[in-house]
Amino acid sequence: MNYCVYCYERIENSLTWSTWLTVEKSQALCASCAGKLEMISGKRCKVCSRAWSSSICLDCQQWRELGDNIERNYSIFHYNDTIREIITQWKFRGDYLLREIFRNELKSAFENQFANNNASLTIVPIPLSESRMQERGFNQSLALAEMLDAPVKQVLRRKSGEKQAKKNRKARLKRDNPFSITEPLKQAALIVDDIYTTGTTVRQAAQLLRLHGCPAVYSLTIARS
Amino acid sequence: MHMDKLTSCSPRLLAESLSGKRLLEEEILLPEKCFQVLLSTKQLISIPAIENQKGSAKCIRCGNTSAHYFSEYPCGICQRKHLYCRRCIQMGRISECKPLYIWNGAEVHWPNHPNPLTWEGKLTPAQSNAAAQLEQAVNEKLPACLCWAVCGAGKSEMLFPAITAALKQGKRIALASPRVDVIRELFPRLEQAFQDVTIEALYGGSEHQAGKSQLILATTHQLMRYYQAFDVLIIDEVDAFPFYLDKSLMYAAKQAAKKQSTTLYLTATPRKNFRLQMKLGKLPHVFVPLRYHGHLLPVPKLKLSFHLSSQLANKKLPAAFRKWLMNRQNHQRQLLIFVPKISMIEELKEAITLLLLQTGAISTTEELQAVYAADKDREAKIIQFRNRELHALITTTILERGVTFPSVDVVVLDAGHEVFNEAALVQIAGRAGRSADDPSGEVIFFHDGKTDPMEKARQMILDMNERGRKL
Repeated sequence: MNYCVYCYERIENSLTWSTWLTVEKSQALCASCAGKLEMISGKRCKVCSRAWSSSICLDCQQWRELGDNIERNYSIFHYNDTIREIITQWKFRGDYLLREIFRNELKSAFENQFANNNASLTIVPIPLSESRMQERGFNQSLALAEMLDAPVKQVLRRKSGEKQAKKNRKARLKRDNPFSITEPLKQAALIVDDIYTTGTTVRQAAQLLRLHGCPAVYSLTIARS
Repeated sequence: MHMDKLTSCSPRLLAESLSGKRLLEEEILLPEKCFQVLLSTKQLISIPAIENQKGSAKCIRCGNTSAHYFSEYPCGICQRKHLYCRRCIQMGRISECKPLYIWNGAEVHWPNHPNPLTWEGKLTPAQSNAAAQLEQAVNEKLPACLCWAVCGAGKSEMLFPAITAALKQGKRIALASPRVDVIRELFPRLEQAFQDVTIEALYGGSEHQAGKSQLILATTHQLMRYYQAFDVLIIDEVDAFPFYLDKSLMYAAKQAAKKQSTTLYLTATPRKNFRLQMKLGKLPHVFVPLRYHGHLLPVPKLKLSFHLSSQLANKKLPAAFRKWLMNRQNHQRQLLIFVPKISMIEELKEAITLLLLQTGAISTTEELQAVYAADKDREAKIIQFRNRELHALITTTILERGVTFPSVDVVVLDAGHEVFNEAALVQIAGRAGRSADDPSGEVIFFHDGKTDPMEKARQMILDMNERGRKL
């Protein structure tokens, strides 16, 4: 018997010819919870994945003028109330199992967006501070990275433990780079994380990677806020 | 339940906030030094938070033993996999990695209150009979006593003598309910009734509470943090939730009560196991068969309507419903319409609006609204209905209890549906006739085949009325 990992409703898998004949992907969410997640579809900024009618959004144009250090970010879902609640329970309450909600979509986004064009991508998770690790016991970024079929290298380290969620955009952009690098990475890197908000975190990580010889940095995130 | 930052580690304050609880380190807001001292002097001792023996795990805080409420995470601190409990995760994760801490220091002595009751009202004869028995249970230190009181009996006042007796003896008391509405409603009334006693109400959203008062009101979840804390434990609406939640309430209650303690149960619809224990003479109990206004309970009428569920599925309303609407006794009464599923609310709202317009029950479409659990405007709509700004309200079982409207007729569409168990139907019927000004109200169960719960609910109400008549 399958239960929705989020609401514990029973998941009923109807047996049809197609489900019988094909190996079905296991579902983490019931239809009702799954229906509350919104995939980003239609036109989007080709750099940051925000829903956008022309090719590059204003923010990304600005990043480009300043000399951007990421190739592009791909996000899967719109950051709505449901995904916010799911991520809160997953990350802050420490409900590790909830990463399963993202497994199928994360894998197919990786395969469609990144795996084909670039065979030698190394996945780099965003590191967690020591104090966060003490509280939570796992790094959500690493938890996502480990669901993908590619080598994972934890080459970044966080200098101090500040809560990102509590900061406004200005403070986040202004701050010094919170990461340090433990070994240089010579292949292209894919940063995997939960939310892309201003893109600062990804770019700070990318800045360090590029500085130490990484040829290109991409990013794959669950939600675009 | 976060504690006030205890800057001074006064022994009395420490004992008051930490005794009678089982807490995670993150819930003990003490300076690190102070925490370490308490540990090394064994005033705080740690116990495993998850018992895992021979592959069957148990969460010590919430009592969960079902495998599908457990999951694992790879711990980045000790590089091992840990079980964690998903059932009570909203209160901070219980895992194999972090222990729970219990107080092992000096015992707390709660004050004796010679005369704590500041309430000056009077109980009805039916109320005072029950109140006296509950008081006696406390005084004689009986392990348990159940009060079977009809909906609208005025049960909070009935508790005052028992709580008074406990406070006189310097006992610690908790009143728990699975329903947050009950806690919210009771809190100001208890504060009024016991003005010189420190009381706290703990529920999700009331988080910044120390939980160190002599009299605690708490939802089931909040009760889970207590361990051998209370001399008297009162459990209100003991049957208010599905059985599996009931089980966790019972676990929390058992853990929170001291080994020598009295548990008082309050309910309008006791479950089978309680009724059996009563019958066997194992559970002392008392009936309150009359409402505070002294009138009998409205008895539900069962109305058969062929093909009702298929009609409803096709967004059609039964002819019997129309007929009843035209001929009801008192057209002034508001209408409370219960449906079994949320999806039916949307499907039927239009048809019901039309019918009510046609029969003149409402004059504009705005006089009918619908509510369900996840409705953001739920509170507002309920208040509108209470203020008679709405004439009719369609609802799921969320309004089956805890809410009081003075003058309503109650309709259940498809009363044979499985969500309407015996207790739910008794509670639903209990919405009618709540005020002394209009104590009768009609209760109609529309169905397309009588079910056991319908018959039993009706019988339970008839039995209570029989007892009431004898008073």
